[in-house]
Amino acid sequence: MQLTDDELRMRDGAEGNAVAAAMDLLIRYGEALGAERLVDTRNVAGTMTQPSPAKAQLVREGGWAKAYAVINLDSDDDLDIPRMKVPTCQLQHGFAEDADGLTSYSKQSIELQADAESYFSERGVNILATCTPYQVGNLPVRGEHVAWMESSAVVYANSVLGARTNCEGGASTGAAGLTGKIPYWGNHITENRYATHLLQADARVATFQDWGMFGYYVGEIVQEARPAVIGDFGQPDLADLKHFGAATATSGGVEIYHIPGITPEAPTLEAAFGGAAVPEAIRYGEAERRWVYETLNAQGDSEDVDFILLGCPHASLDQIAQIAHLLEGRRLHEGTELWVMTPRALRTMADRNGYTDTITRAGGKLLTDSCPAMSRAAPPGTRVFATDSAKQAHYLPAILGIEAWFGTLAECVDAAVTGRWRGEFA
Amino acid sequence: MTEPVLELRGRGIVGGVVEAEALVTRDPISGFGGIDVATGTVIEPRHELFGVCFTGKVLVFPGAKGSSGWSGFFQSTRLMGTAPAAMVFNVITTKAVLGAIVTRIPTVVEASPDPLDAVRTGDLLRVDGDSGVVTVLRRAAQP
Repeated sequence: MQLTDDELRMRDGAEGNAVAAAMDLLIRYGEALGAERLVDTRNVAGTMTQPSPAKAQLVREGGWAKAYAVINLDSDDDLDIPRMKVPTCQLQHGFAEDADGLTSYSKQSIELQADAESYFSERGVNILATCTPYQVGNLPVRGEHVAWMESSAVVYANSVLGARTNCEGGASTGAAGLTGKIPYWGNHITENRYATHLLQADARVATFQDWGMFGYYVGEIVQEARPAVIGDFGQPDLADLKHFGAATATSGGVEIYHIPGITPEAPTLEAAFGGAAVPEAIRYGEAERRWVYETLNAQGDSEDVDFILLGCPHASLDQIAQIAHLLEGRRLHEGTELWVMTPRALRTMADRNGYTDTITRAGGKLLTDSCPAMSRAAPPGTRVFATDSAKQAHYLPAILGIEAWFGTLAECVDAAVTGRWRGEFA
Repeated sequence: MTEPVLELRGRGIVGGVVEAEALVTRDPISGFGGIDVATGTVIEPRHELFGVCFTGKVLVFPGAKGSSGWSGFFQSTRLMGTAPAAMVFNVITTKAVLGAIVTRIPTVVEASPDPLDAVRTGDLLRVDGDSGVVTVLRRAAQP
């Protein structure tokens, strides 16, 4: 890999041992990928504060510097961790104090994370604490090279915003924050951003639920490839595309998609393919749509629902407003919990608009920072949960060993109020 | 020492040499929501290795899918002593490549002939991450 003079200086220790370790990792990583060089970035979204048993052990051994060295820089050396060189934010992590006592998630983990926040804020990390940094002030511009992790944020940044990022990990973002560099490979290169597959929706793709189901099918079909999708869509909004992208990155590993006429790098179908021949379309018809619905509901058996989870990826203010509206004057069924996950900044807006109060009065909770899948914890005794998120319906049964129902927001709120799942394919 | 059955030649991306039994799957693997790091087991319900432990095995798989937590989850298997012995995969993604690096196990990518066709679960392999060669030392007993 070709290295610039400033990269060589960093590697050789001119900016301290942590920056040298970061550059060493980026070189190993870039060479393993087959990258020709690194590229400058001024926007890093990673994870440092999320507790885990392995991290807790490292903190006991050598504090947060040790944890960052091993987990975020893949180094066993004793390093002095300086301030981040470029703007860096913390994505979603574990539950915060607002979830204290609601689950088996330990107080120790909540306190460990609060301690990490202090350490990393002092080093310039913005604690956005969300899987949707683009909802709370981190909005890269088109063409900007960024280094993000969180698959649902990566696919949103590439596809909807036209920023350029690979699906980075905890170590590559840890190294990028200290160096302002990331391998110039994959999605950073224009030729690698053009569509490879064409999917045509013949079945309806109009509602939030439809977008999630379509995304789940697209990911299943193309896996890591780059789909262009066409159909009679109307105008999707932020929440629709947040759901769609998250689903494509759940059943598959989609990091960029194009919707001709809607997403920025596809003014036309031909442009989506970079002028190459447009392949024959793979069809998403009523049978495929039903397959997705049945797959996402295959983990459901009992219709007695204990727990409703909304806000995956983290809810927009508009979604919170809809949930509050549906819960207005209603009361949750005894023994059924409803949680809405959102970034803390949007929680503040929801407080101000009275949405939090409406949700809380009904017996629900508006929580921040995390989700049951990240924190591996749901309300005690949960056996059956329901969600409007294809991603959460996919992951939570595996992570928590519980049953799952997938439906619309209205069906989820209905289940919260009645304690019964009455969702239907529509 | 019997003659090697077969050699697969690729590119070593994490150095070191290890001999261990192969665990082969045609399904891409998820980190987050796909494996349990405490037990080194695949936990994704629809996965063909559901419930199977990969600790100490040469994990032969197409590549990574799902969350960007992939590398962190496999790194945790290293820290918790449940890691595979080596990795062999052919679909290059940032997730799988970074995951192999931070798991610190010999890893060969882009090997030919295709490891998914040439290797069966239970085969004894030598994975040489320095030279990029995967050697089938002994075939698994036929079921």
